[in-house]
Amino acid sequence: MKHYTIPRVVTKLLLPLILLFALYVQFHGDYGPGGGFQAGVIFGAGFILYALIYGLDKARRLMPPQVLRVGVSLGVLIYAGVGLLGLLLGGQYLDYNVLDSHDPAHGQHLGILLVELGVGITVSSVMVTIFYAFAGRGR
Amino acid sequence: MQILGHFNYWIFIILMMCGFYMVIASDNLIKKLVGLGIFQTSVFILYISMGKITGGTAPIVIDKAVVYSNPLPHVLILTAIVVGVATTSLGLALVVRIQEAYGTIEADEILAQDRDDSL
Amino acid sequence: MAAIRLRDLFAVVMLFGIYSFVSASLFVVLDAVDVAFTEASVGAGVSTVFMLGALALTTSKEKPKSARKTLLPLLAVTITGLALVYGTWDIPAYGDPANPIHHHVVQRFIEDSPREIGIPNIVTSVLASYRGYDTLGETTVVFTAAIGVLLLIGGARRPSSGRDNAG
Repeated sequence: MKHYTIPRVVTKLLLPLILLFALYVQFHGDYGPGGGFQAGVIFGAGFILYALIYGLDKARRLMPPQVLRVGVSLGVLIYAGVGLLGLLLGGQYLDYNVLDSHDPAHGQHLGILLVELGVGITVSSVMVTIFYAFAGRGR
Repeated sequence: MQILGHFNYWIFIILMMCGFYMVIASDNLIKKLVGLGIFQTSVFILYISMGKITGGTAPIVIDKAVVYSNPLPHVLILTAIVVGVATTSLGLALVVRIQEAYGTIEADEILAQDRDDSL
Repeated sequence: MAAIRLRDLFAVVMLFGIYSFVSASLFVVLDAVDVAFTEASVGAGVSTVFMLGALALTTSKEKPKSARKTLLPLLAVTITGLALVYGTWDIPAYGDPANPIHHHVVQRFIEDSPREIGIPNIVTSVLASYRGYDTLGETTVVFTAAIGVLLLIGGARRPSSGRDNAG
């Protein structure tokens, strides 16, 4: 893929938009369609596109596998940590109402935002990790 | 009307049986995985079509009083899709390892090689 | 359904991607915008890339097989399909608001979630709050799948010599 000019240029143009769109999907998921799962996949797909066009080595420099491994576990930890936080604040596990002492609905809002963030981090890291595994095996 | 009311289930059954046929009739492991994917998506279609209400709209609350389609199947299928791709990639990874170990991804050739080994 | 007959696995995978995309548009028609979103990005995008990656590592041709071997699966599939069609007679019709699926916990979700959770997208609030345990489990499954893939093919390839290292 390294010798085709048009895909390279188009990728350069599209990549920021894809990543931005992923973030929009991530944080707008409360109001429109979207959420952590979709955003994670789109975010991962952006990096996969980069790796497809510019080669695996450049992508590995952009997004090192060590970072991805941290991301894979960090997302699950955030999710479980929000649950534990609810437990510590006197509620039940994954009970977001206690996250905000004034308004339970705000607590729910915050909890959902954090949980979706955890899901998004895990899913995007997992997608890129799996792609690296497949692509790195071929050589 | 009663007959037409079931057409979504028949489409689901046709798709499901296509996937099922691919799984049991082809020896190629990747084709089996694609068959599993078709099978899986047919189940998604079944769930989503169950949640649909005629004249309903997507389950995102707006101020006007409207009929919403059932959000519960959507939630279930949403997570199932992502888990599905994760498990499919795990299966593909297994296929890659099988190819490296046996030099083939045809189920009957793998069985034949195993039989030769045990003799 | 050409996917069944095709021997060229590359074409099979491409057809699978197209099929995913078509089913995503079907989900939009069925009011499941969240699901359609996921299916379009996952099914048509990422999983096709993974399958192509696996094809590049294995082979892209399927060997032909005899006609006799396809008869028994065809019979089994037909019988199963007919049994399922028979089963559909007891299922309520499509799109009817009186269906039992719309009458249990869902009513509460639709009526109370704007007040209890405060966000308009019911799918998100059910996903992350009412069914939080479930989603935690799903996330863990994805996490575990990544670990499995890394364990299976993550490391560098051993110097392979056919099936000597089959173990």
